[in-house]
Amino acid sequence: MRDADHGRDAVPATPRSVDESFLALPLRALADAALARARALGADHADFRMERIRYASWRLRDAKTAGSSDTTDLGYAVRVVHGGAWGFASGVDLTMDAAARVAAQAVAMAKLSAKVIDAAGSQEKVELADEPAYPDRTWVSSYGTDPFDVPDTEKSGLLAEWSGRLLAAPGVTHADASLLTVRENKFYADTAGTTTTQQRVRLHPELTAVAVDDRTGEFDSMRTIAPPAGRGWEYLTDGRYDWDAELAEMPELLAEKMRAPSVRAGRYDLVVDPSNLWLTIHESIGHATELDRALGYEAAYAGTSFATFDQLGTLKYGSELMHVTGDRTAEHGLATIGYDDEGVQAQSWDLVRDGVLVGYQLDRRIAKLTGFERSNGCAYADSPGHVPVQRMANVSLRPAPDGPSTEELISGVEHGIYVVGDRSWSIDQQRYNFQFTGQRFFRIEHGRLAGQLRDVAYQATTTDFWGSMAAVGGPQTYVLGGAFNCGKAQPGQVASVSHGCPAALFTAVNVLNTTQEAGR
Amino acid sequence: MSTRTPRTNAPHEIVERALALSRADGCVVIADETTTANLRWAGNALTTNGVTRGRRLTVIATVNGKEGTASGVVSRAAVTAEDLEALVRAAEAAARAAGPAEDAQPLVTGGAPSPGFTEPPAETSPDVFADFAPALGESFRRARDGGRELYGFASHAVVSSYLGSSAGLRLRHDQPTGTLELNAKSPDRTRSAWAGRATRDFRDVDPLAMDADLARRLAWAERRTELPAGRYETLLPPTAVADLLVYQTWSSGARDAAEGRTVFSAPGGGTRTGEKLSGLPLTLRSDPGAAGLECAPFVLAHSSGDDASVFDNGLPLEPTDWIRDGVLNQLVTTRHSAELTGLPVAPAVDNLLLEAGGSKSLDELVAGTERGLLLTCLWYIREVDPATLLLTGLTRDGVYLVEGGEVVGEVNNFRFNESPVDLLARASEAGRTERTLPREWSDYFTRAAMPALRIPDFNMSSVSPGV
Repeated sequence: MRDADHGRDAVPATPRSVDESFLALPLRALADAALARARALGADHADFRMERIRYASWRLRDAKTAGSSDTTDLGYAVRVVHGGAWGFASGVDLTMDAAARVAAQAVAMAKLSAKVIDAAGSQEKVELADEPAYPDRTWVSSYGTDPFDVPDTEKSGLLAEWSGRLLAAPGVTHADASLLTVRENKFYADTAGTTTTQQRVRLHPELTAVAVDDRTGEFDSMRTIAPPAGRGWEYLTDGRYDWDAELAEMPELLAEKMRAPSVRAGRYDLVVDPSNLWLTIHESIGHATELDRALGYEAAYAGTSFATFDQLGTLKYGSELMHVTGDRTAEHGLATIGYDDEGVQAQSWDLVRDGVLVGYQLDRRIAKLTGFERSNGCAYADSPGHVPVQRMANVSLRPAPDGPSTEELISGVEHGIYVVGDRSWSIDQQRYNFQFTGQRFFRIEHGRLAGQLRDVAYQATTTDFWGSMAAVGGPQTYVLGGAFNCGKAQPGQVASVSHGCPAALFTAVNVLNTTQEAGR
Repeated sequence: MSTRTPRTNAPHEIVERALALSRADGCVVIADETTTANLRWAGNALTTNGVTRGRRLTVIATVNGKEGTASGVVSRAAVTAEDLEALVRAAEAAARAAGPAEDAQPLVTGGAPSPGFTEPPAETSPDVFADFAPALGESFRRARDGGRELYGFASHAVVSSYLGSSAGLRLRHDQPTGTLELNAKSPDRTRSAWAGRATRDFRDVDPLAMDADLARRLAWAERRTELPAGRYETLLPPTAVADLLVYQTWSSGARDAAEGRTVFSAPGGGTRTGEKLSGLPLTLRSDPGAAGLECAPFVLAHSSGDDASVFDNGLPLEPTDWIRDGVLNQLVTTRHSAELTGLPVAPAVDNLLLEAGGSKSLDELVAGTERGLLLTCLWYIREVDPATLLLTGLTRDGVYLVEGGEVVGEVNNFRFNESPVDLLARASEAGRTERTLPREWSDYFTRAAMPALRIPDFNMSSVSPGV
């Protein structure tokens, strides 16, 4: 099924296979037991989701092991619509009786919910947007080597070797290293007949060099700008990302940063590197175009959105150069899937076109509530113990097809700052007012880089910032950045998401001096 | 939370079997049994709710070698007796693959077994909301009749942790954690107010009373004044103080400080312990036995990190004064980082209390304010600069203008840039300490008691148009 307004078909499944040990679990038997009990108890809709998620992390301080863990979450969840209300329950006992009991608990929770709704005099009923049934589908993400197939000694050895390179350089007092790896298996079945089995992996390596001036007590750090990726172990070893170059330049960059002058607060033209801009996109566009937020379903916690539903098609989000997509199909994206946690096939669609708000991120309930023909597949739960909520697709800014290089963007700036790497971020509960810092700030004078600056933060209102975008870099500047730790919902859930973007030029952005902000 | 269910895989038996299977030089096993129940609502209607049951077993194997002792940590959910051997072997393999652990220490010994070690885990269920849910429904009805929309979340979790070790420890702790957050908005969503509570069992929370307080605050907001960015005398309520000091506590690791990379580093080396941080007689402390804020009285570490060590598992936690009478008294240490820094052993504790001898309520502090701002809470707090512990974030759900000792209306929200360490130095008055819910960090930290603080010159860095 295609939706001309906000969807196109998913990428085809990759030929890799799902881990046999996951397939050996009683997936279908438990699903059948749970869905049958839910049906028998009168559920209008029921879905069953069994997940096995393995997380492993390694941390090194000064090239020595400082901690590691290897955690596997395993369990299943039953969600029902019963009497027009949601009910949810989860369990860990892998027996059909237990699965049926969990289904009954979910129905009981829906009944409890209906009582409270009735007590309040509300007429609100849960309904879901239609989606075709996908019987017996399998999808596996695109990667070479499963990081869990790599011996732990090889992982910690590589981190230690990289840390050693940093520590050997002049001016580096400490080196921190970490690696997070995840393999996520999901089995989904619902009463409409969809059954999907999926597997994906992701990993995030990170190294930080720290310099401490014993005499003055001043210190600072420089972190790698390599993004997390929906790739396998090859991301660290096959040369597609130039780790050697990044590690080699970090000590000198750090030494220069320690010597750099403090920025003078004021308005500057900013050339923002993708290693920084991805996070600004995440906070000011990604979250702002979640329709559940815009409607108020996250109002008490994550917040709402200035991009309210009544402004769809009219809100001037930013410059006419601005074209932003929601995408659950991008290869190696952290939010890339075959089917979401409501059985909706992955899609790609426009959120902002020519600077105007034209789309939202949806799940099935929100789609139905707001008159969309179909969900665009943004339901996700981060564990078997959590209910699926509307979570972010890979939200990305398109490069200009024949756009400039980063050097060309810089060359057009008379007096500005080139911002590289993310660090601190914060945005208000309606996604208006934000403040970001970074890893590296280079002064631009007369179209050329003129050394680093310290103590820089940029602060803006979302529409002012995107309205000030004066040039968008070409495809040669495009990088798929992202994060493992996007938080939303209550109970709190964490999702991984990618954001692709080119370098871009923003004019007259308010830059703060963080030392002055601290009253020093 | 008191119902109990017979189990075929009793946690204490799982712990004993795992220890018996161990071939490592040392072994620590932690079994966590978790049940939760929650309700969530928006626009005066329940949206989602749920109950969950989880089981996690963590095996920490230690292996002695020529160059030191290594540790391997492997956790698995839903472990049954049949899964145990593979899990124990995986932990041992991880230990052998790891290099010597920097934080290696002898496993903790001594102490009597916890009395309930062989008893079934404590549980929660939807029954915890038996009185609360109808009251919540009634508060929805009243809100609708009163022209308010209610949003929020009620959550209750009980975690029973069983810790056993090859060194003889047999410890158990039951941790109930409940939170209630209630947010009221005007139907046009131009006014918003928030209240939160931490609770152990939902017997001490009253959504109707909270809604009534929020109705008062929404009424305050009917008169609105726009103020520019700047430094304002500001009353920080206990929840805001908690959010700032929780972050400060998370940033008070002794090792990082001694290495020169935190706000608590002393120029030229060492830490700032012993330095006066505040002119007020503030004491910031943790105490696992604090009434109403009880938390685990021994270390439960599922992995090693900067401020935690798996080798410290089972170590008794003592009442600890982090700041005493305004002087920095202690930074967070493991046994390893205590050796490195020369500071006493003081692991992190899961509660935090600030006491300053004040007796005034927030309303009384308002009455003593000639002109200033009264915050409701802070939001999206992130670290800008570790050297000063400069944090940024926003006000949310109501900033009120106080004139002549009374709230005279609402002002716009702001982004702030402030350091909690500096705020303690500049605070001119503290109210009485009361239990509070840190709003920003309530996913991670709920057991706090704080006073309100008066800050003469709080840095409102810019205006936030968000409501």
